[in-house]
Amino acid sequence: MNTAQIELTGIEKLFRLGDSTVLALRDIDLCVAAGEYIAVMGPSGSGKSTLLHILGLLDRPDSGSYHLEGRDVTTLSAVEQARVRSERIGFVFQSFHLVPRLTAAENIALPMILAGIAPAQRAQRVARALRDYGLDNRADHRPDQLSGGQRQRVAIARATIMEPAVILADEPTGNLDRATGEEVMRLLESLNERGVTLIVVTHDGVLGSRARRQLLIEDGMLRADRRRPAEPCAGPT
Amino acid sequence: MRRPDLIRFARDAAAGNPLRTFLLVLAMAIGVGAVVVLTALGDGARRYVLDEFSSIGSNLVIVLPGRSQTGGFNPANAITSTPRDLTIDDAQALLRASAVHRAAPLAVGTSEISHAGRLREVTVAGTTAEFIEVRRLSLAQGRFLSPGDWRRAAPEAVIGAKIRDEMFGQQPALGQLVRVGDRRVRIVGVLAASGQGLGMNTDELVLVPVALAQTMFNSNTLFRILVEATSREAIEPASAQVGEIIRLRHEGEQDVTIITQDAVLATFDRVLGTLTLAVAGIAAISLAVAGILVMNVMLVSVTQRTSEVGLLKALGASDATIRNAFLCEAAILSVAGALLGFLVGHAGAALIRLFYPAFPAYPPDWAVLAALATALATGTLFGVLPARRAARLDAVLALSRR
Repeated sequence: MNTAQIELTGIEKLFRLGDSTVLALRDIDLCVAAGEYIAVMGPSGSGKSTLLHILGLLDRPDSGSYHLEGRDVTTLSAVEQARVRSERIGFVFQSFHLVPRLTAAENIALPMILAGIAPAQRAQRVARALRDYGLDNRADHRPDQLSGGQRQRVAIARATIMEPAVILADEPTGNLDRATGEEVMRLLESLNERGVTLIVVTHDGVLGSRARRQLLIEDGMLRADRRRPAEPCAGPT
Repeated sequence: MRRPDLIRFARDAAAGNPLRTFLLVLAMAIGVGAVVVLTALGDGARRYVLDEFSSIGSNLVIVLPGRSQTGGFNPANAITSTPRDLTIDDAQALLRASAVHRAAPLAVGTSEISHAGRLREVTVAGTTAEFIEVRRLSLAQGRFLSPGDWRRAAPEAVIGAKIRDEMFGQQPALGQLVRVGDRRVRIVGVLAASGQGLGMNTDELVLVPVALAQTMFNSNTLFRILVEATSREAIEPASAQVGEIIRLRHEGEQDVTIITQDAVLATFDRVLGTLTLAVAGIAAISLAVAGILVMNVMLVSVTQRTSEVGLLKALGASDATIRNAFLCEAAILSVAGALLGFLVGHAGAALIRLFYPAFPAYPPDWAVLAALATALATGTLFGVLPARRAARLDAVLALSRR
């Protein structure tokens, strides 16, 4: 029996541009089970990034509720939300977002530093991550000394170092060439195979079709929800 | 976030922009350095004056002829405005006072000293054997003026170290006959070089018996009477007794001014202490300026690192963590600046002492502590606003900034 890991009901998000208000998301209902691989697709400006930000607790919806692992996270305080981001969610960005003055190893360690994990344990986990992601001999390189693929591998290592339940990737291959992008996607998919829920935002149809489930968002509305193999999802509780 | 990690993170962030960090540290260092150097100057001036005053003797009461007027015009003064002269008899009479330990009359004038074709203008001070004790002077060679009857004009002189060097060079001075004005006197002693002495430099002084000086200048008045009280506590009674004796001797008129060394010292101490404080206050303005600079630079830093702040939030940093990181950075910069300024200030004070050895330019401890504390406080205080701005950044907007 699979319970819903992520459950959105009636999520709406408004943006105010001058006098007019734009509905970035309208009435989104979504139910995601643990370990799913989802591609969120749609034209630019459709609201797919906004959805990702709400899923990642970087943004609060204007209405609707968001249950993460059975807990209503929309009502949490900012400090508690930060804690959920730290422990349960990993982000991968299109532009990598590495801290330029820190080395690869330090960038990977950053979430653990923020979470206050002891240095000895940090060093151990960073060493393992560097080995796992083939960055052994790049540990002391700063981002400007790394290739695009290496940078994104560092970013993925950073996103997974806290062993999150969900990885949110916003156009993870957008700044990479096809071969490197393929490599990064395989890396993300291998994480998904180990049980991590993977949600990728992309406007690339080929990339999206790799996912077992595709969400199509247009004008802030969920137009289509296709699955390749049928996966059960518990109804609203 | 653990404290060592927070400090390391802030330090790395500061080191990430060396020029910005350098300028900020420099501004703070100039502020602290200015306080240290300026208070060193102010306090040095205070100590210099106090040392000068202390060097003229201890437990001293000085009697000057004439009354210093502090009140308004008094018709009585119009009639008896000419003060009576102070005489040797007056000085001798003071010895009868119980609180007076010693007294030395002083008659001063300028004259010429000549020996073996060398001639020099000098200040001649006529006094008695007690002078050396009252003024706490010491001799380099020979003896001081012979004790005994103050009215005996023995033809002898004691000269200052500089006079000795200029008149005799390498030749022995003791026992030599020199001409002072129109008198021939024998040199019986040479004063040890003292270097300083308020108003009158004893190195360039020729001391002769007071009676001799008075005949030399054809006058029987005294310039000063120096009175040494029996103890520090006796200064006030001595001053009162001296005033009373002089008043009785001058037909009931208080026509002398009596200065106690303590009163003068206290006044100078107060005046120059206030000066030091004022100077420190002026220097502290530069610290406030440095504080505003901290704020400015930190605000720029927050703007430049907006996307980093967004990232930190995405990675699970709470607002408090981000605020602390920026505050910590401001504090580190302030500490670094304050320490550098501390060193620069002390180096500056040491340089002043090197070039003016007589000037004790040591910054007072309170000023150094206050400067360091102010630097830290302003730096951190002005860091609060940028830190709060960073903490309040919207994560989504911050992340979208490149």
